[in-house]
Formats: sequence, structure tokens, C-alpha cells
Amino acid sequence: MTMQTQPAREPVIQITGLKKQYRLGQIGGGTLTADLQSWWARVRGKEDPNLPIGTDTRLFGQTFMALNGIDLTVYKGEALGIIGRNGAGKSTLLKILSRITAPSAGEIKFNGRISSMLEVGTGFNGEMTGRENIYMNGSILGMTKAEVDAKLDQIIEFSECGEFIDTPVKRYSSGMFVKLAFAVAAHLDSEIMVMDEVLAVGDMKFQQKCLGKMSDVAGQEGRTVLYVSHNMSTIRQLCTRCIVLDKGRVIFDGNVEDAIAIYMETTDVNVVHYDLESIGRMTSSAGKRLRVLSLDFEGKESSVFAAGEPLTVRIRWRAGQTFDSVNMKLNIHYRDSSPVGITHPVSLGAAEAGKVYTTTFTFDTSILSEGQYFFYLDVFERELAGAICLDKPNQEFAFEITNTDRTLPEWSAGWGHIHFAPVQVIETEESNG
Amino acid sequence: MENMPQEQWSTVIRPRSGWFDIDLKELWQYRDLVTMFVKRSFTTLYKQTVLGPAWILINPLITTVIFTVVFGGIAGLAEEGVPSFLFYMAGNAVWSFFSSCITGTANTFVSNAGLFGKVYFPRLTMPISQVLIALVNLGIQMLMFFIFWVWFYFFGQEYGTVSMNIWVLALPAVLLLVMVLGLGVGIIVSSLTTKYRDLAIVVGFGVQLWMYATPVVYSMSEIAANSPRLLTLMRLNPMTEPVLVFRYALLGCGEISPLWLLYSAVFSLVMLAVGVVLFSRVEKTFMDTV
Repeated sequence: MTMQTQPAREPVIQITGLKKQYRLGQIGGGTLTADLQSWWARVRGKEDPNLPIGTDTRLFGQTFMALNGIDLTVYKGEALGIIGRNGAGKSTLLKILSRITAPSAGEIKFNGRISSMLEVGTGFNGEMTGRENIYMNGSILGMTKAEVDAKLDQIIEFSECGEFIDTPVKRYSSGMFVKLAFAVAAHLDSEIMVMDEVLAVGDMKFQQKCLGKMSDVAGQEGRTVLYVSHNMSTIRQLCTRCIVLDKGRVIFDGNVEDAIAIYMETTDVNVVHYDLESIGRMTSSAGKRLRVLSLDFEGKESSVFAAGEPLTVRIRWRAGQTFDSVNMKLNIHYRDSSPVGITHPVSLGAAEAGKVYTTTFTFDTSILSEGQYFFYLDVFERELAGAICLDKPNQEFAFEITNTDRTLPEWSAGWGHIHFAPVQVIETEESNG
Repeated sequence: MENMPQEQWSTVIRPRSGWFDIDLKELWQYRDLVTMFVKRSFTTLYKQTVLGPAWILINPLITTVIFTVVFGGIAGLAEEGVPSFLFYMAGNAVWSFFSSCITGTANTFVSNAGLFGKVYFPRLTMPISQVLIALVNLGIQMLMFFIFWVWFYFFGQEYGTVSMNIWVLALPAVLLLVMVLGLGVGIIVSSLTTKYRDLAIVVGFGVQLWMYATPVVYSMSEIAANSPRLLTLMRLNPMTEPVLVFRYALLGCGEISPLWLLYSAVFSLVMLAVGVVLFSRVEKTFMDTV
């Protein structure tokens, strides 16, 4: 690595023993009366009337370590990539670094200012003009008015919004909006930049421009960048060093290519049974009115499928109330977490309060190219438009497709992951021409 | 690496600890942000309205007229000898300043959760800018008040006499007191609403009730004449004395007590201290509970 050849590496961030604990069950009553009710029920040894239906009381009050002891030193001028599966602790780490929430234990020491770009356009107000928003957004991100003044022309030029700069941003197209927002963030003077996939903004050309700007920031200007992404190609393009997080720990720290290889391996195709009752959910409301208890890949010892082999899955779920129709879809991703697609929603039928149901379904894998995939299970109420999420376990269900179709050449990564049905040839006419 | 010389770190992030954990130096560094919040409030509030910023004056004007007619004219609760229009305008100006300090800051965490969840800046900049917004509004109202005052002084003798006195010089301090109290109560409420949303509902209603416990729509002489036993109780309300001093200084009516003003000041400072402690405890982890 180029950084290691430099004589003195000056640490800018030092993280020691960083832990973040979330308490399961204690979601907080939200109202004073609910808290008093819960407290009174506990005093009398009765069941808490405010617990989510079906919460295992043994789990109540148990804790979950989103970060379980992170030690990390980041040096000046580095572009550090942070990768890991969903739930590995990436977002929590970023939140603590950008001081949105405090750690439970351990500490982070750093030199200079940290600017976080967890979302572009934070604090943008539609009523204000582009110029006013530059000042607003700049000050939210920690710039003084004088600093914005000094960079105003550069920001406007970079944003490509020059002629509309005195128009209220509510009249902007969404593309212009993100360009302006990115331009402000990219011109921050802070020594440390924390970025969370914000590069996925604008059109392809602008994305490349953003990437170039980020490399400049990290490389030439001697600043430090911490970058979280699911997109391995931007990690490759941008980062000089990479860590892999898994279950709240750093499992690898070093070279970018090795890190990506290790990240890819964290997909586990040997698991065919998932116990979902006590694992986390994607949203705080998920898993309360209805809870998926388990998922099995039916009749398999490993979740490896030959192309065209039906993928049969059995799920057990418990309804906490009566539903007219419970719907389900699968969100399918490639192993690098890039989305592949979703299955069309399907109804699992009606459900009665308190009953446990077992549903078996198959998924036709013949459309997928060879490679490793995973899916998320998404159970919801009503149709897809206006759907209300019922349960979405924070668990990736990994499976692998192996190519047995000898009529195709070896699959090229650049082709994508979908193997469409052949086009229907209507006619081939012959002409002399 | 292990033998690195003792590093000077500019910032250390640690678990929530201590009672007073507000970095005042950092707050000062973000003063431009406070200015921006104040500016934003004024540039956006009156966009796409016909009367625009005139609303800053229309609101208190209508309230004053209604107070004058209902409480002054019909109920006869205003101070004798001064124009009741000015009596109510002064009282309403102080009170609406105080109430907007509270209501503006009370929702700090809940209504800014989206912003706070994405980017760090000292959270106290939000309530402080709310208080400054209220202060600007008060300033504009006071300009209007002085125009009326001048009119009543020269042409309105038939409605009563008005006179300013040396206490006018104390008004900035009195307003600071009101601001401190409003900010203190507001951030206490905002810290508690992260957990208990009930308070958000109570606060609007509570402030209104509080107004009736303060001599805004009636004079203290009215209380002294009808129910003197209430007088001490009334003065325990930390807003009573500031309102009285405000009117005494600008209109020369009523009686004031420096001792009770001192009580109000101490009370306000205690509220602010409690508020800042609560706020600093909540601000670091409220994203986990909100």
C-alpha cells in the first residue's frame, strides 16, 4: 500500500474498545401512562400490558451488542472502506463517529473536525433558494459563514446549478437537488469525512465526478475519508485500506482486495434452518403484530441450487391479531448486497389472532445466473401499493446458484445477474440488400 | 505505534457521563448556524403569504384589541389611569415572547429527529435560535408599541397618562430573565418529550393556563382589591414580577418589588440549569429512544 511507504503515519482517529449496546424489548412506552402501567404490572408480577405481542419475556431486558469492542486506528490521508453485512455494525459505527449517538463503552479520540455525510441535503429547505441552502447546509455541516463565502463560487460551479442558484430548491429536479447537496458536502474543509453511500447520487456522469472529487479529497488534499458502502467497485476505486465488520467486531483490517474477498465469504450457504423469533427486525414496528418464527430451506443440506432447481422454503409465523390477508415478497440481493429484484407479492391467506401458521413456497431460480445470493423476507399487510410492513427479520437468507446449463458460455460478471428468457423471434425475412 | 508520543486529540467521544456535559466553546463555534436558523425561520415563515411579515404585527394587534375590549372594557380588569390599550399591548408583548420561547423550544428533539439523526451539531443551537426568533419578534412588536405610546403620550391624555421611568434601563435585564426562564422551561419539556410525548400536548395548554396565573389580562391592583390573599401566591409565579416591572417601566402603573424580581431571576436560573442538565443527558442518546 502506498500509505505504508510514508515515513511517519500520523493517527487521526483512535478507537479503543468501542461498544454500543441496545436493549431488546425496552422500546420505551412513549407515553407516561404506558410507562406507569408497565411499572405497576411489574410490581404486581403480572404480564406487562404494553409488551409487543408474543415477546418472550425471558428476552425482555436482554441486550444486543451492535458494536462489540472495536479497536481501530486511522491514519492521516487514508481512505478507509468499511464493509460488512447488514447488521454488522457499520451504521452504528458511523453514527457514533459522527456523534449522532453516544457509545456505551470505549472511546474515540480524533484530531480535527469530522463531517458526516450520512445523507446529502440535510436541512435543505424547499422554500429557500439554492444559494440560501448552501449557507444553511454548510453551517449545519459545521462551516462558518466566512468559509462558505470563500467556497461559494466553487460549490456553485461544481453543482452545475449556476443559473438556478437563486431559485427556491423546491423547483429543482431531484437530480439538481442532490448535485447541489453533494457539492456543499464535497467542499467541506473538515479533516475527516465520514460517508455512507452518498456517492449514489445523480446521473452516471455526475457520479464519476463525485468519485473523482472524493479521491482528490482523500489523496491529494491529505484528508482522511471513512467510507461505508455495499458497492464493491466504489470501494475499490476510492479506498486505500478496508475493514470488514461482522457481528459488531472487526474481522479483517488491511488490503482492499483481501477485505472484499473475506466479505464475500461471509455469505453462508451451509445454513438451512434459521430461528427468527429472537433476532432483530429491520424496523421498530416489524415483528410486533405478526412474527416470523423460523425459516427452512426444505429438503436440503446446503442452500446450493442447480440452475432451474426450485428453491423450496418453509416458514412458520404467528399472527398476533386477525388479518384479512397476509402478503409476502422476497427481496433478492447478490452477495455483494447489490439488489437483484423482488418477487411479486403473494398472499399467504387470512390469519387469526394467536395462531401459528406454516407456509411452504417455492421460488423459481431459473432466471438467476450462477453466483451467491441472499434474500430478505418481507411480510406485509395489504397490497404492495400502500403496504404496511408486518415483519421483516434482519437476516439474510443465503443461497447459491450453480450453472448446469451447458448451452450457455461461462457467465460474465458484466452481464448482471438475471438470465432472461430468450426473445421471441417473430420473423426473419430475407432480402437482397 | 505503541511508543507513540502522547497525542493531543482535539475531541474525545465517550459514553454519556457527568451532569454538565455541554461544550460551550463548541456552541460558540456554531454561532453562524444559529444565525442561519433564525434567518431561515423568517425567510420561510412568510413565503407564499399575502401579508408576509405584516403578520408579526397583525397577531399582537388583534390580541391587544380583543384583550382591551373583553378584559379591559367589559370586565374592567385593566389598571386605572393608564390607557388600557397600552396596558394590554405591553402585557401581551412580554407574555407572547415568553410563551413562544417555551413552545418554540419544547419540540426541539421530536420535530428535528430527522435532522438530528443525520448530522451532528450542538443540539442547543436549536432552542437558542428559537429564543432569538422570539426576541426578534418582540423587537418588532416593541417598535409598534412605541409608536402607540408616543401617540397616547401626546394626543391620548383622555384615556389616561403614560410615563416612562428609570426602570426602562432595567428592561433588557428583565427580558433576559424572561428569556432564561422560557428557554429553561422549554428545554426541560423538550428533553422529557423524547420519552413522554404527553408533554407535547400539555405544553400548549399549560402555557395558556399559566398566562391566567400571571397579571397579563388583569392588574395586580384588581387582585389586591378583590382577593388580597392571592397576592403572595401570585408572586410565587416567576413571570408575575417581570410583567409588572415591564409595565411599570413603560407606563408608570402598578407597584413593583425588587426582591420578588430577584426571586424570579434566581428561579429562572435554576430552571435553566436544570434544563441544561436534562438536555445534555438526553441529547447524546435520544436517537436511540425517539
